[in-house]
Amino acid sequence: MKIKITALLASLVLAISFSASALAKQELRFPINLPEAKEGQVVHVPPTMADLEDADLHPELKRTIRRGYDLFMNTQQLRGKNVFNDMTCKSCHMGEGRLPFAAPVWRAVIAMPNFRGKNQHVNNLEERIAGCFAFSMNGKPPAYGSDDMIALTAYHQWLAKGLPTFERKNFYGRGYPIEDAPKAPSYKRGEKLYADNCAICHSDDGSGMRVDGKAHFPAVWGDLSYNWGAGISRLHTLAGFVRNNMPLGQPLTMSVQESWDLAEYIDSQERPHDPRFTGDLKETRAKYLDTFHKHTYYGSWIQLASATACNSSNNTSFGVFIPSVFLGRLFKRCIMNSKCSSSKCLKHEPLGQY
Amino acid sequence: MESKYTKKFSALLLGLLFSLPVFALDGDAERGQANSAICMACHQADGNGMNIPGGESWPRLAGMNADYIYKQLKEFKNGTRVNASMMPFATMLDDQQKKDLAVYYSQLPAGEGAHGGADAELLAYGEKLATAGDWDRYIVPCSTCHGPGNQGAGEHFPGIAGQHAGYIESQLVAWQKGERDNDPQHLMLAIAERMNDYDIKAVAAWLSTQPAQ
Ligand code: HEC
Ligand code: HEC
Ligand code: HEC
Ligand code: HEC
Repeated sequence: MKIKITALLASLVLAISFSASALAKQELRFPINLPEAKEGQVVHVPPTMADLEDADLHPELKRTIRRGYDLFMNTQQLRGKNVFNDMTCKSCHMGEGRLPFAAPVWRAVIAMPNFRGKNQHVNNLEERIAGCFAFSMNGKPPAYGSDDMIALTAYHQWLAKGLPTFERKNFYGRGYPIEDAPKAPSYKRGEKLYADNCAICHSDDGSGMRVDGKAHFPAVWGDLSYNWGAGISRLHTLAGFVRNNMPLGQPLTMSVQESWDLAEYIDSQERPHDPRFTGDLKETRAKYLDTFHKHTYYGSWIQLASATACNSSNNTSFGVFIPSVFLGRLFKRCIMNSKCSSSKCLKHEPLGQY
Repeated sequence: MESKYTKKFSALLLGLLFSLPVFALDGDAERGQANSAICMACHQADGNGMNIPGGESWPRLAGMNADYIYKQLKEFKNGTRVNASMMPFATMLDDQQKKDLAVYYSQLPAGEGAHGGADAELLAYGEKLATAGDWDRYIVPCSTCHGPGNQGAGEHFPGIAGQHAGYIESQLVAWQKGERDNDPQHLMLAIAERMNDYDIKAVAAWLSTQPAQ
């Protein structure tokens, strides 16, 4: 039996409760209780790769979309060229970039070109994707118009099939929504929650898990994770991601408060510099404070119960990528004063590990 | 010319090489082998178990992660994992014997899995579930946890490729019925309970055709 979803605004909520009720022989212990679409919200159910086979598109285009899907699902194939951490697009845009509440990527297709506060100019879809390469993948975007970039945009566009361009509707399931924290987030509580619920996959030191030297579970902090310019390094985005998607396979099991506590803990750890790093930490933070860093702990002194950390990269073992497309890349490691007395690079060393 | 010392040294080196993958568990494969006679009746002399369509299949232990095997043996004994065939044998073993057997089986070469018959359509659907999942029903791809090729990832995520289909099916059903409940954080339970009978048949059959190592 094959159900073909052609309806533009079919409700995924309905689809899920339908298939679950058809299956449920008993009460599920881990039900997926996605919120219902609110009044006026538009639900988009993106097509699948199986639908692509039946679609009336040029074979060459289908091939390009398949390549884009493959890049999206295994971006590590661009390791050392465009990707310099253990991430893959689907590490954050879960379920093939289609899953609601896991920042499904199709919205960008119809919302772009658009003005973005983060970089203060009009961006197109390629530039939006380039942003995730520079920050979330701690990397270097494929060239605009290159085969890989075209394949990725083609896959995004396929997911947006049927949506009218320039629609800025209130879409169901976009981003990683979360309510405000009931109480002030706590590092201590976050630390305990992390050990109990997350460390089995992401490891005690946040480095994730590698199998045969390759990324398996992605790193949530440290050298192998996203850098301080990534959208998910903002507390509300991280908390929202966790609430809606983690632990893997058990969405919405961490409470709103627990998700904020976890974000507080994870965001207090080290990760690669914001690639817009000017060479001075305090200056970089200040420069992008309003548009970004007021939501992160990058370059701020934070008082922790267990330690006093100075973000970022007082730890000399951290790779610092300076700067990205914005300024031309060096791929050098910044060695800082280990006692954090200065926020400037003492010297640069080439990064040899890739 | 070979002196007494170089002999000793190379034996040490060999031992080291052998024990490298199982550093975490201080078991002895030779002692494990000596205790394995009672296990052979079901898990077979080569540790590859047997698929028994319509009956209770015996899982392959050969090549499985040692820490995972040890955990299961402890849990059969303390009742966290319940199975009538296995319980008496796990109960017989003391802690060191469990470790020895775990190390012994982990070092045996894995054989092939078997299934009780499957057509191409079933296998293709099984492959899709195992490698891409079905996110519309929140069935996370098995490989996201069970590792590349579903061949395992660390001590908590056992290899399931090349396991017998009958055994894979029985475990998924056991989780659905609440009979198996020993998975950390119920990571497996959450997935298993979202699957229907066809999903289970398909994914078990396909996984059994895949290389374990
Ligand atoms: C470390 C997490 C992470 C990774 C990895 C990542 N992204 Fe993103 N991405 C985000 C976040 C966070 C947003 C902003 C979501 C929001 O709050 O709306 C985003 C937004 C986007 C958007 C815009 C979505 C919208 O609704 O406007 C696109 C398109 C996108 N990413 C594509 C990609 C691609 C392609 C890759 C792989 C090359 C990738 N991302 C990798 C975290 C990530
Ligand atoms: C069963 C393993 C598992 C558990 C447990 C788990 N995660 Fe994840 N996590 C993953 C996987 C796998 C991904 C990438 C998504 C994918 O590949 O589908 C991920 C992605 C993430 C990401 C985004 C990418 C990155 O590396 O930063 C964050 C943040 C995260 N997890 C946080 C958590 C937190 C917090 C918890 C505990 C509440 C948790 N995870 C529990 C497996 C797990
Ligand atoms: C009478 C048959 C029988 C004998 C003898 C037996 N087993 Fe088992 N064993 C089983 C069955 C059946 C299962 C599957 C249990 C279930 O369905 O939960 C099993 C499961 C296991 C598992 C769990 C495998 C996994 O992948 O989780 C381990 C480990 C194990 N046996 C080890 C042993 C050892 C070691 C011995 C000898 C001391 C032994 N067994 C003797 C029948 C047997
Ligand atoms: C979120 C992580 C996760 C996902 C996804 C997942 N599993 Fe598991 N699975 C586990 C864990 C953890 C265990 C180990 C349980 C234990 O320690 O006793 C396990 C154990 C198993 C076992 C028992 C193995 C044995 O030797 O006894 C089978 C069979 C299995 N999984 C099948 C699957 C299949 C099929 C899928 C895909 C449809 C799948 N799993 C997806 C986490 C997962």
